[in-house]
Amino acid sequence: MKLEDKKRVLREMVLARRFEERCYQAYMERKIGGFLHLYPGQEACCIGVMEAARPGYDYVITGYRDHIHAIKCGADPKEVMAELYGKETGSSKGRGGSMHIFDVKHRFMGGYALVGGPFPLAAGLGKGIQMKGGDEIAICFLGDAANNQGTFHETMNMVALYKLPVLFVCENNHYGIGTAIDRSTAVVDQYKRVCGYGIESAQCDGQDVEVVYEHARRAVDYVRSRKGPYFLELITYRYRGHSMSDSRSYRSREEEEMWKKRDPIFILRDRLIEAGALTQEEFHKLEKEIDDYIENEVVRFAEESPEPDVRDLEKYVLADRETQLPWLTGKVA
Amino acid sequence: MAEMMYWEAIRRAHDEEMARDPMVICLGEDIGVAGGTYKATKGLYEKYGPLRVIDTPISENGFTGLAIGASFIGVRPIVEIMSVNFAWLAMDQIFNTAAKVRYMSGGQLAAPIVIRSPGGTAHQLGAQHSARMEKVFMGVAGIRVVTPSNPRQAYGLLKSAVRCDDPVFINEHELMYNMKGEVPDQEYFHPLEGSEIARSGTDVTLFGYNISVHWCLKAAEILDKQYGISAEVVDLYALSPLDREGIRRSVAKTHRAVIAEEDEGPVGVGAEIMAIINEECFFDLDAPPVRVHSANVPQPYNHKLEQAAIPDHEDVVNAVLKLFGKS
Ligand SMILES: Cc1ncc(C[n+]2csc(CCOP(=O)(O)OP(=O)(O)O)c2C)c(N)n1
Repeated sequence: MKLEDKKRVLREMVLARRFEERCYQAYMERKIGGFLHLYPGQEACCIGVMEAARPGYDYVITGYRDHIHAIKCGADPKEVMAELYGKETGSSKGRGGSMHIFDVKHRFMGGYALVGGPFPLAAGLGKGIQMKGGDEIAICFLGDAANNQGTFHETMNMVALYKLPVLFVCENNHYGIGTAIDRSTAVVDQYKRVCGYGIESAQCDGQDVEVVYEHARRAVDYVRSRKGPYFLELITYRYRGHSMSDSRSYRSREEEEMWKKRDPIFILRDRLIEAGALTQEEFHKLEKEIDDYIENEVVRFAEESPEPDVRDLEKYVLADRETQLPWLTGKVA
Repeated sequence: MAEMMYWEAIRRAHDEEMARDPMVICLGEDIGVAGGTYKATKGLYEKYGPLRVIDTPISENGFTGLAIGASFIGVRPIVEIMSVNFAWLAMDQIFNTAAKVRYMSGGQLAAPIVIRSPGGTAHQLGAQHSARMEKVFMGVAGIRVVTPSNPRQAYGLLKSAVRCDDPVFINEHELMYNMKGEVPDQEYFHPLEGSEIARSGTDVTLFGYNISVHWCLKAAEILDKQYGISAEVVDLYALSPLDREGIRRSVAKTHRAVIAEEDEGPVGVGAEIMAIINEECFFDLDAPPVRVHSANVPQPYNHKLEQAAIPDHEDVVNAVLKLFGKS
């Protein structure tokens, strides 16, 4: 990674962290409802992988922990926050919420709340790419626990069989809600689970964004050059609970502290400071700048945006009637 | 107008739509090299190749999801699910994704897929191969449900469904693939909404769809010849959305209604139509509407039990006679 890229990535990771922490606050103020799954601790995963891919060009799909993935693809943080607030200006017009962020113009194909649900959809994106003949790839980010769903196995078989251009990124944060991975999964190393399907795979540190980037580059190249699908496992940790109702009683303070010593933001920050490319003051200034942006632009936009009109309750259930009339009436000119 | 079989009509629709649009693909178990369990895709693999006519692994949820994902970016997949019983395995992708994605994305993404699948009781296939699922599909917002009762509809509904931007479930029937009927020689699109009057009458309306239309037609003939009762038969080829206006119009004309379905009664298609009649035609009625449906059992294997479980035209006749106080 070039120096200027590292600085930009640091900035993006700080934005990701602060955005999520601000969501936490808004949730406590009851501005955000429903389930809210936050990303602090895992920033290097999505951001490192997408550095190696082409955000806004490659198709990305993921689960419910999706705000940062959307933003990294190009979604406006203002619209993502407005979505969390349930506003009409939200990225899904207030119909989706935290678990269903969509930004199709940036090829962020959505967050989905059913664990394992996106696997086959990613295969389908790969199929669409295959038929259209471009050089895009599809990238599917999911957690480790999702790999125990049947869809994981059905999908791995199909993508290998049809040689679909899909990169699977497993963000292994060691827990599926409150169940530790070694209590739910027979083989803890996730990258080994695709060997039976003949899929190339690797495992790496998910806390060091440069390590993620290097591994992702190889994986992305492999998929983009149409050698087949690829499965990349990133070893990471989420600092907060699974969702807002989670007290984290299932894991120890020591474990959490240990992981916080390997914070993805601090790893990169310290490396830049050591290299003389950044000072402690500059970093604080960056944090302050981002906080101001989130407060004055992002949150403010969400707060001030209108709610959806209740008269539009049934909008978006089916396609627009007018354009569909020929098929609905059978009267085709 | 040429006669063709139900499966031939479906095959023709596939072929025409695939020839027109290179983004139309079909996928399912055994549909390619083997030509399809019901021959609905016969010869297409040879014509369009393995990239567009895809033999899938036995992974209903997986390949349905694959079709949905592909439909997000411009592919128009026709999914064949070998038997509707296996569609239960794909419920997550059908209902949680296809039916909801337009809504939860605020209109940004849609899943214009077609799912075709046969349901119904055939010849002693037992409980896990005899289910009907139309009532489940029609109970969920965001997906259209149609169900052809003859080759013309089978052809025209698939043509319209492929071009429609909504997910469409086409409920076929195990026993109908070899049924013959006239299909227009020129291209024909059957509407995805509405209903058809299959036979006009004045004394009672018999509502049917798919195979039960045929019981109703046969019953209407018997009622006419033996009892002098003039029955109107309404073919509800669209189950979602249902043609409320068509239902209302016919009941307002005949003042009596019988609803015939092969599915188990509770929470069924008939129950929904009863509710509509109650809401829309209460003061038009001369008698309470009657439902004809299967016994509330998983389909038994034994032939006698199986036949006892499902209704037929005689049950429709008896229901009408009951309405007229003649039984
Ligand atoms: C099909 C399904 N079953 C259960 C749930 C409830 N649930 C939500 S998240 C979750 C754990 C998933 O963990 P993982 O895949 O590792 O992702 P992470 O939350 O760690 O990012 C569960 C069980 C669900 N949303 N969907």
